[in-house]
Order: sequence, then C-alpha cells, then structure tokens
Amino acid sequence: MSHWLITPVVLPAMLAAILVLMVREHIVVQRALSMAGALALAAIATGLFWQASDGTITLYQLGNWPAPFGIVLVGDRLSTLMVLLTTLLAPLVLLYAIGSGWDARGRHFHPLFQFQLMGILGAFLTGDAFNLFVFFEVLLIASYGLMIHSGGRERLRAGTQYVLYNLLGSTLFLFALGTIYAQTGTLNMADLAGRVAELDASASGGIRVAAVLLLMVFAIKAAVLPLHFWLPDSYAQAPAPVAALFAIMTKVGAYGIIRFYTLVFPPDLEITQGLFDTWLLPAALLTLAVGMIGVLGAVRVDRLIAFSVIGSMGLLLSAVSVFTPDGIAAALYYAIHSTFATAALFLLVDQIKERRGETGPFLVHGRPIEGGALIAGMFFVAAIAMTGLPPLSGFLGKLLILDAALTSPLVWWVWAVVLSASLVAVVGFSRAGSMIFWKAHQEGPDGPVDCETAPEIEDETSQPGSTKGPISPRPVLPMIAIGGLIALLIALTVFAGPVNRVLSATAAQLFAPEPYIELVLTTPGKKIKDDPHAVEGDHGDAADLAIDDETSDATGEEH
Amino acid sequence: MELLIASAVGVLSAAGIYMVLRLRTFPVIIGTSLLSYAVNVFLFASGRLAMNAPPVLRDGAVRYTDPLPQALVLTAIVISFGMTAVVVIMALGSWLSSDDDLVDRPAVSEGDARAPSMPEGDA
Repeated sequence: MSHWLITPVVLPAMLAAILVLMVREHIVVQRALSMAGALALAAIATGLFWQASDGTITLYQLGNWPAPFGIVLVGDRLSTLMVLLTTLLAPLVLLYAIGSGWDARGRHFHPLFQFQLMGILGAFLTGDAFNLFVFFEVLLIASYGLMIHSGGRERLRAGTQYVLYNLLGSTLFLFALGTIYAQTGTLNMADLAGRVAELDASASGGIRVAAVLLLMVFAIKAAVLPLHFWLPDSYAQAPAPVAALFAIMTKVGAYGIIRFYTLVFPPDLEITQGLFDTWLLPAALLTLAVGMIGVLGAVRVDRLIAFSVIGSMGLLLSAVSVFTPDGIAAALYYAIHSTFATAALFLLVDQIKERRGETGPFLVHGRPIEGGALIAGMFFVAAIAMTGLPPLSGFLGKLLILDAALTSPLVWWVWAVVLSASLVAVVGFSRAGSMIFWKAHQEGPDGPVDCETAPEIEDETSQPGSTKGPISPRPVLPMIAIGGLIALLIALTVFAGPVNRVLSATAAQLFAPEPYIELVLTTPGKKIKDDPHAVEGDHGDAADLAIDDETSDATGEEH
Repeated sequence: MELLIASAVGVLSAAGIYMVLRLRTFPVIIGTSLLSYAVNVFLFASGRLAMNAPPVLRDGAVRYTDPLPQALVLTAIVISFGMTAVVVIMALGSWLSSDDDLVDRPAVSEGDARAPSMPEGDA
C-alpha cells in the first residue's frame, strides 16, 4: 500500500507543528518552509491527480484496518481533482500573503494556513463520514484563527458571528451523523451506500431526516440561501489572503453535497426522491438571485465580491441539483473557475483598499489608484470571469450549466434566473469598476469624466492594462500572485475542451459508484485473530481520536 | 430510561435553541454549549441503549453495548470543548474592543457610517 494518498494530510500537519514549535520567531524561515510545503503539496496533488486520471481509485487504510471498521482515505477522480484545485490555489495565496506582508501582521499565520490546508485536503480525501466531520472541524478551527488574523474591532465582531454560526453547523452535522448511525449502524461512506439502499422505503423516516440534515450542513458551508448570512461579513472582513483561501471552503460544502448525494443517497434512491428538484434547485436559484442583487446593492467593494461568491455558489448548486452527469460536470467546471476568480477578486480588492487611501473599500469617488492601470486591467478581467461574460471561463461554465439544465423540468426557471442574474451582476460589477477606477477624482483641473456604462469601462480599462507596470515601491509579489490566478483562469478557458473531458469522466465515475464501493469494502486489511467486529471497531475509533487529539492540541497552542 | 434520554435531548436542544436566539454573546455561547450537550447525549443513544452491558464483545458475552458511539461522543466532546474555548476568547476580544456584546453586527457599522459623508454622486 502506497502512502502517497495520506501525504496531503500528514505533510501540512507536521509542517504546521514545526512552524509553531521550532521557528515561531523567524518569519523568513516560516515563509520559506510554508511555501516549500505548499509547493510540495501541489506536486503531490498533481501526482495523485495523474494517478486517478485513468479511472483508478486508490485506497488508503489508516493503520491498515479494513474498511467498515477502520478509517479509509479514497482518492478517486473527484477527490484528487479537488485536492489539486486546493493545492494550486494555496501557493498563490501564500505568495500574496508573503508579498503583501499580511502574514506578519499577526502571529501564527503560516501554521494556521497549513492546518487549514490539512483540514480541506482531508475533507476531500476521506471516505468516512465521521472523519469528514473531524476534518471539517480542523479546517474550521484553523479558519477561525485565520479569520481574525491581525485583529481589529470589525474583524473580531464578524469573526465571532462566523464562529457561532459554524458551531451551530457542527452541532447539526453531529445530529445528522447520529441519526445516520442509528439508522444504518455504519459511518463508512461506501458501507453506507449499500445499507441505505437496503432500507425499507416505507419506514425510512429516520434516514430521510438524516439526509435532509446533512444537506443542511453542507448548505451552510456552501452558503445556500436561507443559510448564507454568515458569508458576506466574514469574507468581507477576513484578511485578503484568508478570504481568497476561503474561496475553496464554500466548495467543500458543494463537494460534500456531490459526494454524499451521488454515493450514499443517489438520485434514483426512492427515499430521497424530490430532495433536489423540490428543495435544492429553488434554493440554489434564490441564492443566485440574492447574491447578484447583493452585488448590485453593495456599498463596499469587498462586500460586493462576497455577495458574488454567494451568487456563484447558487449557480454552482443549481447545476449540481439537476443531478445528471452533465450537470455535475458543468458544476465542477464552474467550481474550478469560480475558485480562481473569487480568489483573484479578493486579492485585487485588497490592493484597491490599500492604494485608495481614505476611501478604502467604499464605492464612492476617491482619488485615482496608483498603478491603477494594471489593477484596473486585472479587475476587469476577473470581473468578466466572475460575471460570466465571454470570452473567459465563466462564460463557458455558465453555458455548460445552461446546457445541462435542459433536462430539468424547471429549465425555464433556471434559464431565466441565471441569465437575468448575470445581467444584474454585470451591472453591479461595472458600477463598482467605474466608481473605483474611472470616476476617480483627477488631481489636475480636468476633473472627473462623464457617465458610466458597461461597455465603456471595457475601453477604459483594457487598453492601458497591458502597458503599464506597478509603481516601483509597491511589492511585486502580490501582483504575480494575482497574475497567476488570472493566468489559471485563462488556461482554464483555453484548455476548456480537455478539462471538460476530464470532468465528464469524473461525473461518469460518480454516477457509477460500484467500483468505489467494491474497492473500499473488499480490500483486505490487517489480519485479525478472531472476533473482528469488536476489536476492529474499537481501534478504528482510537485512530480517529488520535487525529482529533493531535489537531486540537496543536490549535490549542495557537490561541 | 428511553424516556429520560429522549426528554433530556429534547429539553437541552430546546433550551439551547432558545438561548442561541438571544442577542448577546454570553447567552448564545451558553446556548451552543447546551446544544452540544444535547448532541452528545443524542450520539450516545444512537447505538441503542443497553444498561449494565460491557462495551465490547468478549467470548461468552451475551449482550453488549455498541462501543462506537461512545468513541464518537468522546471525539465530539473534545471538539466542542475546544470550539467553546475559542468562541469564548473571540467573544471576549470582540466585547473588549467594542462597547457591547451584541451578536448582530449593527445595521450600519462604524466603517459604513462613514460612507455617506464621502463625496458621492457629484459627477
């Protein structure tokens, strides 16, 4: 059994411990180690993705205990794809944090960052529902620390709200897991798939409750409409690199929905009929609408981006809730796209805030931004991507989603909401762009220029964007980080064909879960003398507790 | 026994939810603690209740209680304990840095209140 599959979890955990215990006073060493770790993770993730790209599923049994009793990590196409996405995002965000000095504005940025990566990667890889909860907590507790990094009144206040909201989410998760365990007697996802399918549909109240509770838990993470209130404040108040990293956190919720509702509660399962077309799809469409209306109404540019995250999650989940292979493939394409676009926008907004002086993030007339052409050009590209205008990947993603929605009975609703929300988003973003970059007060006598319309901002920002570099005293690294994210967006557009083929294969694998289930349940583990149930079950949990103890100890040290 | 456990979970959850819906951080934190107690008892009961039975199968043991939920509860207790500590510290920090301990952020926060005074719409 190769140990590569667990390295995305072990490496950041060890690195975080080293960072906090050995080099806590040396920011340069911390930066170097943290960056090296993030790059190593990206290399490992590429390897894992490559390994899974021909459809093989790899299994890692923790402590060599066989599946329903021990904890397993499973690397299939979806998991490795999400791991790769995270590890591509992480070095760029880290580069920005280092370049802009955010990591030195408070203590323990790098260890928390590594713990956050550990939690996210673990959540993508695990094949055990309770272990998923543990990794959720790891990523949450690290995110609490990151969220209030460098302190400040507003940030602490938003942070408290964020923590309380997520505490309730965790409690709900435990209720869901308890219900599932009481109904099926297992928490291994592959084992659950078999047992849920065998349940009697006429007496399935408990498992239905569990399915809905679980959906709610993931909906909180993914910021679906009635449960989205935590997002705008926390994302807008979080330090920019943290907000950019959080771009992947909403995707963890989407991943949970995709994973659980293809594997454990597949769409053709009788007991969860109607969960998606009756509940999730309308909620997702409302999320999209509310997000984009928020974009239009925001008075601060950071909140505007946060609302656009809500909108993009709505779009993503409306593709998921169609629940066809095409829909999932479209949703995954859009997830990759919106992760990079969101991260780029949050980082850009930080640059805007920093360079604008006293007007900061407010959408009012301020003074022109130094080095504004480059920033404006990048903002323009990222905004095009986010709102889904041609030619960038947002447009392709939206096209795929609209195409996938054709099979849904609610197709007209989907088309109407998606298209009008796009229009609203375009208006919102062009309002913000022209307010910040174009209608800035000139120092000279010529004064501010005339009116703002969507097409004209294009002329204003795109031409000088490529010609002027940043003003010299400004650090270059942040620009490279943002440029990297935008380059990834462009690559995603250029290689849309191959990417889409990979994603279609991913979706096909999700809709044929038998090899996954068979691999997890039939791989033999450690040889056990006799009485397998009692002994193994006990040890599996000991391993679980060990993971948990390790992380809570380590995070405990930071606070 | 079943009645006792069920009503304990119910009462704890109800009280927890009531407290969570308060406006101030301290009752809300108490509320989340109560909810986590409720969920711990709930998890404990999810392996069915068996009194005076060993938690693992042994040779010759006729009846046993499911050990897995007990391990899950231990994990959940550790996590919720850590989380409560974090949220208490953050709430304290938030309370000390601003004048009140309201959970809701003000409709117009300090920063946003500045916005209208900026020159606006004069183009």
